[in-house]
Amino acid sequence: MGVKVQDEDFDVAAEVAVLTAQRTDIGAIVTFTGRVRDDDQGRPIASMTLEHYPGMTETELARIEAEAAARWPLQASLIIHRTGKLSPGDNIVLVIAASAHRQAAFEAAGFLMDYLKASAPFWKKETGPAGESSWVEARENDETAAERWRST
Amino acid sequence: MSIVRPRQVKLLYFAWVREKIGRGSEEITLPDDIATVADLVAWLKTRGPEFSEAFARPNVVRAALDKAHVKPDAPIAEAREIAFFPPVTGG
Repeated sequence: MGVKVQDEDFDVAAEVAVLTAQRTDIGAIVTFTGRVRDDDQGRPIASMTLEHYPGMTETELARIEAEAAARWPLQASLIIHRTGKLSPGDNIVLVIAASAHRQAAFEAAGFLMDYLKASAPFWKKETGPAGESSWVEARENDETAAERWRST
Repeated sequence: MSIVRPRQVKLLYFAWVREKIGRGSEEITLPDDIATVADLVAWLKTRGPEFSEAFARPNVVRAALDKAHVKPDAPIAEAREIAFFPPVTGG
């Protein structure tokens, strides 16, 4: 179990290795990596800057992780979210869910991402090739994606 | 008999809320008649055009009390840190 909020990049394989070291009870590992795209609905993106609420971000991510652990039999999990200035192709977020069996790992990884997107206090600002910048608008379907877990 | 003491709170602003208001944080003394987050927003909007602009669209700006999400009708009670920010866009 763990959450990290950091400017630095992460290495998916290295994080999985740390999470599973000395563990023989883990039968399934699902990783999700979110990356910066070079366009947002047709608008070219030169860079993206991620702002967050220090203190609340870590608290909120830990709460989301604890909720996942209460819903699924997870052996291990990890959330890493980057902050600061990122370029197209850079990693933004990593979620790892590890369990004895695949279904719990798949579902927990999906839940972690949906809840992170709906409630973790991060804000993205995109900058275009000419230097113009704008805050990314929240999408209705991010909240809907989190809602779907309430009925399950 | 109740003792009325000044309520000092820290306000934090993030993303475009911060940009519109022109600062990231400030310490204020809460007026006595402010009970809820919505009361505070209504009062903040009277403090100048930058505030009325930041809070112009009703129910868009979200709030947190001591680093936990709350609804506009949440009582501020003994909270020490009140944050205002746009809907989140991480992930």
